Amino acid sequence: MKFGVVVFPGSNCDRDVAYVTRDLLQQPTRMVWHESTDISDLDVVVIPGGFSYGDYLRCGAIARFSPIMRSVVEHARQGKFVLGICNGFQILTEVGLLPGTLVRNRDLHFICARVPVKVERTDLPWTQAYVTGQIITLPIAHGEGRYYASLDILKQLEDHNQVLFRYEAPNLNGSTNSIAGICNQQGNVFGMMPHPERASDPMLGSTDGMGLFKGLLEGVGAIA
Amino acid sequence: MSSITSSAPFSAEEIASVGLKPEEYEEIVRRLGRHPNQAELGMFGVMWSEHCCYKNSRPLLKQFPTTGDRILVGPGENAGVVDLGDGLRLAFKIESHNHPSAVEPFQGAATGVGGILRDIFTMGARPIALLNSLRFGSLEDAHTRQLFTGVVSGIAHYGNAVGVPTVGGEIYFDPAYSSNPLVNVMALGLMETPEIVKSGAAGVGNPVLYVGSTTGRDGMGGASFASAELSDESEQDRPAVQVGDPFLEKSLIEACLEAFKTGAVVAAQDMGAAGITCSTSEMAARGGVGIELDLDRIPVRETGMVPYEYLLSESQERMLFVAYKGREQELITIFHRWGLQAVVAGTVIAEPVVRILFQGEIAAEIPAAALAENTPLYHRDKLGEPPEFIRQACQWTSDRLPTCTPTGIETPDGFRTWNEILLTLLDTPSIASKRWVYRQYDHQVQNNTVILPGRADAAVIRLRPPSSSKGVAATVDCNSRYVYLDPYEGAKAVVAEAARNLSCVGAEPLAVTDNLNFGNPEKPIGYWQLAEACRGLADACRELGTPVTGGNVSLYNETIAPTGQPQPIYPTPVVGMVGLIPDLTRVCGQGWQAKGDLIYLLGRCLTALDRLTLGGSEYLATIHHTVAGSPPRVDFKLERLVQATCREGIRQGWVRSAHDCAEGGVVVALAEACISGGLGADVNLTPTVHKDMSWRWDCVLFGEGGAQIVVSILPELQVIWEAYLQQHLGNDWQKLGSVGNSDTSLRVFTADTQLVIDAKIKEMSNRYSKAIERRLTF
Repeated sequence: MKFGVVVFPGSNCDRDVAYVTRDLLQQPTRMVWHESTDISDLDVVVIPGGFSYGDYLRCGAIARFSPIMRSVVEHARQGKFVLGICNGFQILTEVGLLPGTLVRNRDLHFICARVPVKVERTDLPWTQAYVTGQIITLPIAHGEGRYYASLDILKQLEDHNQVLFRYEAPNLNGSTNSIAGICNQQGNVFGMMPHPERASDPMLGSTDGMGLFKGLLEGVGAIA
Repeated sequence: MSSITSSAPFSAEEIASVGLKPEEYEEIVRRLGRHPNQAELGMFGVMWSEHCCYKNSRPLLKQFPTTGDRILVGPGENAGVVDLGDGLRLAFKIESHNHPSAVEPFQGAATGVGGILRDIFTMGARPIALLNSLRFGSLEDAHTRQLFTGVVSGIAHYGNAVGVPTVGGEIYFDPAYSSNPLVNVMALGLMETPEIVKSGAAGVGNPVLYVGSTTGRDGMGGASFASAELSDESEQDRPAVQVGDPFLEKSLIEACLEAFKTGAVVAAQDMGAAGITCSTSEMAARGGVGIELDLDRIPVRETGMVPYEYLLSESQERMLFVAYKGREQELITIFHRWGLQAVVAGTVIAEPVVRILFQGEIAAEIPAAALAENTPLYHRDKLGEPPEFIRQACQWTSDRLPTCTPTGIETPDGFRTWNEILLTLLDTPSIASKRWVYRQYDHQVQNNTVILPGRADAAVIRLRPPSSSKGVAATVDCNSRYVYLDPYEGAKAVVAEAARNLSCVGAEPLAVTDNLNFGNPEKPIGYWQLAEACRGLADACRELGTPVTGGNVSLYNETIAPTGQPQPIYPTPVVGMVGLIPDLTRVCGQGWQAKGDLIYLLGRCLTALDRLTLGGSEYLATIHHTVAGSPPRVDFKLERLVQATCREGIRQGWVRSAHDCAEGGVVVALAEACISGGLGADVNLTPTVHKDMSWRWDCVLFGEGGAQIVVSILPELQVIWEAYLQQHLGNDWQKLGSVGNSDTSLRVFTADTQLVIDAKIKEMSNRYSKAIERRLTF
């Protein structure tokens, strides 16, 4: 399975994702520069964390206009897989691949911590390596990670079981419905604020995030 | 092109306004053979400031040991580099941004982070970790709270966006730093280029490239500003504080590392203090050549700037390269791809001068060495004996305190039990958990943070490529109260503590970068403190085998009170130390691991009460509101033994937790191990001394002595462990007790099972983890 990791100026988790897919999982992985457009060779596109173009405006507001994002939208339309982590999640909501938005954390501070997250649904490749209701611990590191959406959108998300990860108490950033990660209705686009790539290497003490990548390998591998 | 004409002599005020003394001006005229023009005067002003040329401290810095088997680059370059074996090379350096942070805490601290990172990647190293050492006044004071929260936000803003984890550090709160906070930032980087990129220009005719951000009027004369005392008027110096752009810096890191890997770069230097002036003159002077630079080619962010402004601008995220002739376009393409400026702005010339062109004329021409190497040097006379206030403070002994009982002691605030005193110490912001701070720093980005902040005595970073099982540990330390009371012994203790912190995670101490934060060296006491502390650092680094590879000097840290009285800070020689971890599977945190584990004290044990002291202790300052006495004296032989024993114990897999005893003594160390591990402990702390020997409970519980580490081991290993201790430490160890259940207490007993302290983990933890937060929210 071939992974592509998008690199915007200001991305800073791109190498961390590639470390997991290429070094730990031995999957072909290439870095995709923000100005490039041909990603037809990729099975999974990962939009990593960081501060794309500095994020001095609204997080992801500039990245959505980049050449690569047009291709990512097309990649998603074809039913192929797109994963947005942290800043990647913010970009996916800005570009309209996922509903809602991410706003400043409730206490207005950047929060770097390890938090308990509940796996809500496991019939998609993203989460199939977990057990429904399982509580895993994932790192978070964001200043604008508080998920917000209108009541209509929230109802739709819940009705279609699009919430894959939910913060267990304490919901540190104050996300609506404690949302930590959502997918689109088709299930091929997934965005999450926690960093699974930071919880994948046994050397660093936690591997709770590795299930996401392994589930993806099996799930997407089966479809492809 | 007209040649330069001498301008009329400057007024005494004009000379003073760039930070020069009248006799220094005379020297400039002598060297140039003419009067300088305005731009040149400004260039001398910044380059001859303490910040750039160390004119007061250089003679003292010479005594530092700077060489060793692992030292690849010592002082004099942008950063030091040590050899970690297997081709791994670590660049590291510490730098201060004290004065900017006092005036504009957010940007002051943010650009402090940006500046030290550039020192690292200029060498060809990818920055892998940041630590910071911060000092503020009391959190009860509103202005201090504003400075503190501003500095923390600034560090978070820059470090988080640039994608380098902030993995550790230290923060102290003391009125001595009320309006002169200290912000020292240390960065570590792993070399990515085969050759270490140096800063000496070479190759006459080679092009000089300006890369990175644009130049504006921001940060004018920051180096001179940093070398003067702060006063009420300093607020007006706000334009001297630069504004940082971490996004641009992140792109600059990637572009520079890519550029260095092409092999087209001869030399590189970041533009920090004194911007274009400093980078051109230092690169030229170090290479023994000259540089001609055309200001008209410099990309600008505002119009109408004059040479003086170009030359002294401290706009951030800029670098100067010397490239091989013919390969400049290759480099320019890389920078443009990252959305950065890159232009050929000058040439390396044979004549050893810095020649600045502006609008077709020579705007400045100065011998490079006059600016960067052959700079003023002040040998001052050190006071023959300690100043009066020190002699008085040293006369203090613990006999002046009320008598102790097994229950507690009378304090200025009434009778306090030992339990209450422990809780008060844990609630002291300098001792308490810094969680409120490090939670705002991304401490995990780059996926290499092996031990999270707050869990161990030093930060531990894995070194990629992952094939290597090696790691690096880093710490920054300074107990400035010790240094204040005895600069020589205090400075030695700083180095010893840094090495001890590294040993507690299982790392072998390798090398030091130091940040000397002191008061005004032109005053006898200020110079005496600086000289004595440097002597202490030098002796300690020699004794512990950790050479100094560079650092930073920040003098004139004094606040002029409205009454006109200068108030110097505590002398604060911060030591940043790096250590090597041979096997990352054998590292150690500070918290207890399991119930039943046995607890030992390595080093100065409680039978050697004469080696523990309340002089300069946290207990004395916090509980009895007294800063006096003689701080502990370092026993290097014992220090080396204790540290080596601890490291070997960790390497063997015997030691399950290790924590050094610092402020608050052995009981605070035990309490922290309980809080961190979430497990209680039962310990016996009665000194087994001869019945005629007098001793005090407070000294046993909270006395400080150095060379002390609290460890825990599996109970099955008791026999092997104790034999090992006996063999290596002789009698300098003591079994204290055992680890208890979760959610219980730290209980301290006497030999006849009388309970001296019984502190619930929940209560200790509550005080400890909320001490800072609580003071910010009223």
